[in-house]
Amino acid sequence: MRKIVKNAAEAVNDIQDGATIMLGGFGLCGIPENCITALVKKGVKNLTCISNNAGVDDFGIGLMLQQKQIRKMISSYVGENAEFERQLLSGELEVDLIPQGTLATRCMAAGYGMPAVFTLAGFGTEVAEGKEIREFNGKKYLLEYAFDSDFAIVKAWKGDTHGNLIFKATARNFNPLMAMAGKITIAEVEELVPAGELNPNEIHTPGIYVHRIFQGVNYEKRIEQLTTRKQEHAR
Amino acid sequence: MLDKFGIAKRIARELQDGYYVNLGIGIPTLVANYIPEGIEVVLQSENGLLGMGPFPFADEVDADLINAGKQTITTVKGSAFFDSAMSFGMIRAGKVDLTVLGAMEVADNGDIANWKVPGKMVKGMGGAMDLVAAAKNIIVAMQHCDKAGNSKLLPKCTLPITGLGCVKKVVSDLGVFNITEHGFHLIERAPGISTDFITEKTAGRLIINGEVPEMIFD
Repeated sequence: MRKIVKNAAEAVNDIQDGATIMLGGFGLCGIPENCITALVKKGVKNLTCISNNAGVDDFGIGLMLQQKQIRKMISSYVGENAEFERQLLSGELEVDLIPQGTLATRCMAAGYGMPAVFTLAGFGTEVAEGKEIREFNGKKYLLEYAFDSDFAIVKAWKGDTHGNLIFKATARNFNPLMAMAGKITIAEVEELVPAGELNPNEIHTPGIYVHRIFQGVNYEKRIEQLTTRKQEHAR
Repeated sequence: MLDKFGIAKRIARELQDGYYVNLGIGIPTLVANYIPEGIEVVLQSENGLLGMGPFPFADEVDADLINAGKQTITTVKGSAFFDSAMSFGMIRAGKVDLTVLGAMEVADNGDIANWKVPGKMVKGMGGAMDLVAAAKNIIVAMQHCDKAGNSKLLPKCTLPITGLGCVKKVVSDLGVFNITEHGFHLIERAPGISTDFITEKTAGRLIINGEVPEMIFD
């Protein structure tokens, strides 16, 4: 069992130009910060990225966009990123917008070994264009295919040397789904422990899905929308 | 005419004890402030949480705990986290009792458009198409007219569709409308708004049966 790698640079070392990679996270929450930095440093180009969002201009996937490393983005919402908009309008970047639940389920299907799923989402909209439609119990569903991704890069809270993962709060989001879906899955974790130290009852992603794991460093965990309430308002 | 808080307050009257509710971004989020006394409602956030609480105090902010609008939040007692596939799974399977969302246009057959304006940068549909396609009870919170005074309750949506025939009820600044096979059925008027005014401002088919009461707020 040799899943441990030294750091992000080693974890992403064999990702080549033109690869398709999944990146976990919702907004900036639960994104694999260390691997994104390593991919920017490596300068790999022409990537197809599957991720719910595209980061912001100076953080997350936005950093890869700044370096023009992404050829195509498959996401559900890309609204927070001016450089994204510029590249899209200039034709440098291709984008495939798909409903968020469909995105999640196409990851799940890949991890469960199912070639496709049927979903109601998008029927009668432009999302349905060119897709096979089937009726079940009087309702019409779109056939959506499982993703085929060379790599999945996820961020977990805790992990062990066997690759078992535990996620925290809403930083879970797409991470366990993408972890299941990559041909090669890379997990960066805040805390890496020896096998046996995590409670098997609490594992979210079994290690069988994880090929490489390392403990990340210097997590910024940037907040997109800081919202608070004042102390005088009693709970 | 209701302000956004009035719309939220009126929608909150639709909540029932034990409901699991998904509130969209904007006016729908405000509904959480008006949950009637004595009933328990569980708020779903589609990024993976049941039991969403209020915004955190400054000293309890957690970057790993946000809502679907990417705002920092808290959890309430009895909350649960899950991944995005399960989150949309429970929506698709009809487990969520009520979904409240905003719209740019609603048609009198229940079609909704709320994700894309031609000529503007397309940001994406996020979870809107999944929510409208599958939720069993959808209430739309919206302004009745656009800034130029044109009705947004239409015979047919002009903007790209988010979902077909899915809206059950509209609460606008002018009134409450059930969507029926014959169009928008006006069931309550906003305080001080006449049925004539509502008729003038509604482009889609409108049904008015007899005297229509004014809204009541608890």
